[in-house]
Amino acid sequence: MSDAAHPTTHGEHPTEPAHAHPGASEYLRIAAILTVITAIEVAVFYIPAMAQFLVPVLLVLSAIKFVLVVMFYMHLKFDHPTFTWLFVLGLTIAGAIIISLMLLFDAMVRFHQVHPSA
Amino acid sequence: MSASAAAADEHYTSTGLNNRKMVFWAFLGSECMFFGTLISTYLIYKNHSLNGPYAHDVLNIPLTSFSAFVLLMSSLTMVLALASVQRDNVRGAKIWLASTAGLGCIFIGNQIYEFTHFVTHEGLTLQKNMFGASFFVLTGFHGAHVTGGVIWLTTLLVMAFKGKLSSKNSLDVEIAGLYWHFVDIVWIAIFTLVYLIQ
Amino acid sequence: MSSVTATATTHVHAKPKSQSGVWSWITTVDHKRIAVLYFVTAFFFFVIGGIEAVLMRVQLATPNNTFVDARTFNALFTMHGTTMVFLALMPLSVAFFNLVVPLQLGARDVAFPRLNAFSYWVFLLGGLFMNSSWLFKAAPDTGWFGYANLTSRAFSPGHSVDFWMLGLQFLGIASLAGAFNFIVTILNMRAPGMTFMRMPIFCWMTLVTSFLLVLAFPVITVALILLTFDRFVGTSFFIPQGGGDPVLWQHLFWIFGHPEVYILILPAMGIISEVLPTFSRKPLFGYPFVVYSGVFIGILGFGVWSHHMFSVGLGPIADSVFAITTMLIAIPTGVKIFNWIATLWGGHIRPTTSLLFAVGFIAMFIIGGLSGIEHASPPADLQQTDTYFVVAHFHYVLFGGTILGIFAGLYYWYPKITGRLMDETLGKIHFWLTMIGFNITFFPMHLLGLWGMPRRIYTYDKGLGFDTLNLVCTIGAFIIVIGTLALMWNLVVSLKKGKVAGPDPWDARTLEWSIPSPPPEYNFAVLPTVEHRDDLWERKQAGLGPIPQPPNAHVHMPNPSYWPLVTAFGMLIFFSGLMLSIYMAIFGFAFTIFGIYRWAFEPAS
Repeated sequence: MSDAAHPTTHGEHPTEPAHAHPGASEYLRIAAILTVITAIEVAVFYIPAMAQFLVPVLLVLSAIKFVLVVMFYMHLKFDHPTFTWLFVLGLTIAGAIIISLMLLFDAMVRFHQVHPSA
Repeated sequence: MSASAAAADEHYTSTGLNNRKMVFWAFLGSECMFFGTLISTYLIYKNHSLNGPYAHDVLNIPLTSFSAFVLLMSSLTMVLALASVQRDNVRGAKIWLASTAGLGCIFIGNQIYEFTHFVTHEGLTLQKNMFGASFFVLTGFHGAHVTGGVIWLTTLLVMAFKGKLSSKNSLDVEIAGLYWHFVDIVWIAIFTLVYLIQ
Repeated sequence: MSSVTATATTHVHAKPKSQSGVWSWITTVDHKRIAVLYFVTAFFFFVIGGIEAVLMRVQLATPNNTFVDARTFNALFTMHGTTMVFLALMPLSVAFFNLVVPLQLGARDVAFPRLNAFSYWVFLLGGLFMNSSWLFKAAPDTGWFGYANLTSRAFSPGHSVDFWMLGLQFLGIASLAGAFNFIVTILNMRAPGMTFMRMPIFCWMTLVTSFLLVLAFPVITVALILLTFDRFVGTSFFIPQGGGDPVLWQHLFWIFGHPEVYILILPAMGIISEVLPTFSRKPLFGYPFVVYSGVFIGILGFGVWSHHMFSVGLGPIADSVFAITTMLIAIPTGVKIFNWIATLWGGHIRPTTSLLFAVGFIAMFIIGGLSGIEHASPPADLQQTDTYFVVAHFHYVLFGGTILGIFAGLYYWYPKITGRLMDETLGKIHFWLTMIGFNITFFPMHLLGLWGMPRRIYTYDKGLGFDTLNLVCTIGAFIIVIGTLALMWNLVVSLKKGKVAGPDPWDARTLEWSIPSPPPEYNFAVLPTVEHRDDLWERKQAGLGPIPQPPNAHVHMPNPSYWPLVTAFGMLIFFSGLMLSIYMAIFGFAFTIFGIYRWAFEPAS
C-alpha cells in the first residue's frame, strides 16, 4: 500500500531528504474522515438493528481509522518502505498471536466440555 | 566535514535513512507485540469473571467516545506541530505542541475520572474480577503511554521556548509524533475491541 | 556516493580522552570494549551456572543422596536454567555481536554507542540482582519457565519469585536495547557496496536474532507484568480460584520461549558459517539458502510454541497444527546442516581448534535435532515430556550446539581483539575433554529418560535402574569441568604469551581481517567499498590485498559517557524498590528519568 505511492530517492542524501509530506488541508481532511468514522462507530453501537453486524462493521471501520493514521499522520504512505516493513512485521505477528490465542482458548474450552475427563 | 553532517546521526547510512527514525519504527513494531499481548489477555479474560460488574454494566460509551475524539484531534494537532517546525514556524510549533499536550491531559483526566468512578461507584477494582483486572491493566498501560507522551511533548515545548527547536531538529518532533500517533492507533483498537464490542 | 568520502575525512583534533584505567571502561562506548565486558561478565555467569550444574550432578550421583535438600535442588535447577539462558548464552552471543558485527560490516561502531553501553550495564546489574537472591536465601525455585500457579503468593511466599520475575524484566530491557541497536546497525551501517546478499552470514543471523528479540520479549514482558500484579496487587491473572487460567501463562511464556530457543541457536549457526568456509578455504556452500533458511526459521519460530504444551490437553486440532509447524522447522534446519557439510566437502581443511568446535557443533546439533523431531509428535511427546530425555535433547542443542559454536567463535576471533592467538595444544585438550565429557554426561540421559526417570527430582530410590547411568553422567560433568579449566587457563595465558596474530592469522574472508589486531578505536580510517561477498578473500585472490588504511589516523569518535550506567543504576533501584519499598521504587524511577534526560541532552560527539 505505502510502497508504491511516492518512492523518494535515497542513498544519495546522507541527511534526511525532505518528504513530500501532505499539507495542513490534507491533514484536516483526514481528521474530518476520522471523526465521521468514529461517529458512525458509536451510532452503529446504539442502533439495535445493527446488532448482528456490529462486530464486522466495527472491525472494518476501526481498521480504516488505524490505516489512515498510520499512512497519513505517521507518513508511511510517503516514507521509505523499510519503515513500513519494520512496523508491519510486528503488527502482523501481534495480530496472528491475538487470533491464535483466542482460537486456542476456544478450542481448549470446547474440548474439555466434550471430554471432561481428558 | 560539511556542516550538514554535524550531528552524529546524520552520518552516512547504507539506506540513506536516519538511524533514530529507523530504531523508532522498530520500537513501534515491538510495541505492537506488547499491546497485542495485553489485548489478547483482555479478550481471553473478559468473560472469565466469576462475579460482576461486567463490561456492559459499567463502560461509559459517551465519555469514552469523547476521549477517542480528543485523542484523534491530538493526532491532528501533532502533525500540524511537525509541519510548523519543518517550516521553521516556531510560534506555530509552540501552539500545536501545547494543544497536543493539552488534549493528552484531557484524555488522561477522563481516564482518571473513569477509573475513580469504577472503583468508588461501581465497585470494580483490579482484584474484583477478571474483567476488572485485565481492563485496568490494558487501559492503564495505554494511559501510562499517553502520560509519557505528554511529558515528552512538554520537553519539546520547553525546548521550543528556549529557542532550541527549528527545522534542523524537526526530527525530534517527528519521532515524538510517531510515538503520539502510535498511542492514538492503540486507542483506536482498544475503543473498538474493549468498549464497542462488549 | 559522495557522502562516503565526506565521513571518511579524518580529524586531527580528537578530544583527549583517557584510554586506560577503570574510568575509561566505565564510560566506554566503544563496541570492542563493550564486547570484552560482555564476554568477561557472561563467562563469569557461565561458570556460576556450571557450578550449579555440578552441584546437581553430585546430588544425583548416587541414589537417596542427601548432599543438598529438595528445596536447594529446586533453586539449583531454576537458577542453572535461568543463568545459562539469560546470563550466559545470550550475552556470550551478544559479546560476539558487539565485537564482530561492526567490523564485518565495515563500520566504525554500532548505530547507538551509548545505548550499547546501557545494554551492558543493565545486563550486569540485572545478573547481579538475580544472583543476589542466593545471599538472601531466596533463590528462585520454580523452574526457569516459572509455571503458574506455582509462582503465586500462596505457593511461593517470600521473595524468591520476586527476584526471578523482576530480574527477568530488568534483563529484558538489556536484550531489547541491544536488539534495536543491532537491527539499525545492520540495516543502516553497512559499508558502501555491501548489499544484503554480500553481507556475512554472521551479520544475517544477528539480524534475524535481533528481530526475534524485539518481537518475542514484549510478550514475556507482559506476562511478567501480569505476574507482578498477581503477586503485588492481588489480581488473579494466573490463579484459577479468582477466574484466571494458568494455561495463559504457559502460552505467553512459550510464545516468548520458543523464539528464545532460536535466539540462542542462530548466533552460533552464524559463527560456524564463518568458521567453516575459512578453514575449508571454500566459500560457504549455498549462501542464499543459508540466509533464507535462517529467516524462515525465525518466522516459523513464532508458530510452534504450543509444542511445549502438548501435555496440557489443548485439543486434537491445536496439537496437530503445532506438530506440523514444528516438523516444518526441520526443513530449513536440515538445509543448513547440508550446506555446512557441503562447505567442508572437498575443501583444504585445516583442523584448528576453532574448526573442530564448528564440526562438533554440526554433529551434536544433528543429534539434538533428531531427538527434537521426536517430540514434535504429540503421542511421542507425552511419553518423553518431563523426563530426562528432554533434558538430553535440549543440552545437545544448547550445549552441543550453542556452546560449541561460541567456543568455535572464541578461538576464531580471540586474536582479533587481543592481537594474540590462543594456544592450539591447550585448545585441542579443551575440545576433546569437552566433547568426551559432554557426551558422557548427556547421552545416557536419553536412556534414563526413556526408562522413566523424571526431570527436576532431587533424588531417586535405589534399584530403579537409574543408579549406574546417573553416576556416569556425573563423571562426565567433571570431565567438562576439567575441559573448561583448560579453556580458562588458555584465555589467560594466551593474553601475554600467545603467538602474535597479525591482521589476518587465518587467511580469512571477511572485512574484520583487513584491519590490525586489535583494531584501532575507529576500526576503519577509510570506510571500505565492498564489491563482492567475502570481499577480502576476493581481493586477496585478485592479488590486491586489503584496502590500505592510513596508520595513526585521527577519526572523530563518540564521546565516552557515564549516563548509560547512571540510568541503568536508576533502574536497579527501581526494581529493588518494587520488592522493598514503594518510596525506593519512586526514587529509582525518578533517578532513571533524570539519567535519561541527561543522556538525551548530552552531546554525543
